Amino acid sequence: MLTVRARKRLPHFTLEVDFAVRDEILVLFGPSGAGKTMTLRMIAGLERPDGGEIRLGERVLYAREPRAWVPPRARRCGFVFQDAALFPHLDVSRNVLYGASDGAAEARERLGGLLGRFRIAHLADRWPSQLSGGEVQRVALARALMADPDVLLLDEPFSSLDAEARLAAQDVVLQAHETWRIPFVFVTHDRAEAERMGDRMLFLREGRQVDGPEVPGRGD
Amino acid sequence: MIDWSPVLLSLRVGLSALVVIFVLGTLAARAMTRRHFPGKDVVDGLLVLPLVLPPVVTGFLLLVLLGRNGPVGRFLEGAFGVRLLFTLHAAVLAAVVVAFPLMYQSAKAAFQSVDTRLEDAARTLGAGEARVFLTVTLPLAWPGLVAGTVLSFARSLGEFGATVMVAGNIPGETTTVPLAIFFLADAGDLRAAGIYALVISALSMAMVVALNVWTRRRRPGWMRR
Repeated sequence: MLTVRARKRLPHFTLEVDFAVRDEILVLFGPSGAGKTMTLRMIAGLERPDGGEIRLGERVLYAREPRAWVPPRARRCGFVFQDAALFPHLDVSRNVLYGASDGAAEARERLGGLLGRFRIAHLADRWPSQLSGGEVQRVALARALMADPDVLLLDEPFSSLDAEARLAAQDVVLQAHETWRIPFVFVTHDRAEAERMGDRMLFLREGRQVDGPEVPGRGD
Repeated sequence: MIDWSPVLLSLRVGLSALVVIFVLGTLAARAMTRRHFPGKDVVDGLLVLPLVLPPVVTGFLLLVLLGRNGPVGRFLEGAFGVRLLFTLHAAVLAAVVVAFPLMYQSAKAAFQSVDTRLEDAARTLGAGEARVFLTVTLPLAWPGLVAGTVLSFARSLGEFGATVMVAGNIPGETTTVPLAIFFLADAGDLRAAGIYALVISALSMAMVVALNVWTRRRRPGWMRR
């Protein structure tokens, strides 16, 4: 269970979020600049909130009083970036292996499984610059999951894909969630995608959670 | 036969300065791209200052600082019994100060060009700051660091103005190639001066070509295409 209660002052408004995610997919939905990405970055420890508390299971990742701060490397929060952020100087298999903490033989074995599962085994020796948009995001997903995270954060991962590739990529994420069964937080500004992906949805506007007309998610 | 000692001295000065400049330039550039503090612009200006000052002025300032009555010179002599002025160490120091901004500027541009999201990605994958720097930042900034190294080495080899102020012209001890050329030409021995000019030109040219070939050969697959 991921519990987020956080406040952060931004140039044009103050971001205030308060939500919990069980082993489900929570969609953070809202217009650009509403604070969705910032929320993910605070959970991952890439930004410091000005107040509140972030817990993951039993662990306190951030708290203002009493002070607690877990650095991003120790948070076990997988992050799939909007543009994938694959390391351009490492080939696909070394990208995926980057976050593996287990021994070499074991990691190799899991690598094979993950590459097969995300249909990127044939790309293992390619450079990121040689991949299509859909392949890039599948590699990013495999890389994040290889590190064995306790929660997966996805920041508009498919915004640069065309409609067909986007549907396929969404299916990949839905299937991955069936397998891993950890909290996923999925950010998007696309309503159709939000409805397709979310067990639950949270609407964000100018840093506030809006209790507007409840948008039905996949689970309802 | 020409006297090879100026060439060897130049190489010693250039290579020694290179090591110091690479380390200091990389660290300074890294710190200045990562940290924010009051007066940062002034510090940045000071680090780049030797690039825009006439080398003779830089040399004059070093002379005043290192001299027997200068603060640094008095301290070194009092504490360690070391005298820097008119030694090869002074020539290295002059080369470091004058050529440092070239490395610093190149390294800064190289670090700024590295996408911070890649560093963030590495952090979320469990990498600490040292691993992020060594496996992501440094490899991606590498071409810029190599360029800065070549530039600053070439600048050290040719350094004259500041060197003549602090290292003087002691044949076999501090007379590097540029100094030899100046004093030979001044004495009317244009033939000997010309030979040294040819030697240093060939040396610099060979260095640049060799490094170009090396970087192209070493160029990783992701940059080919």
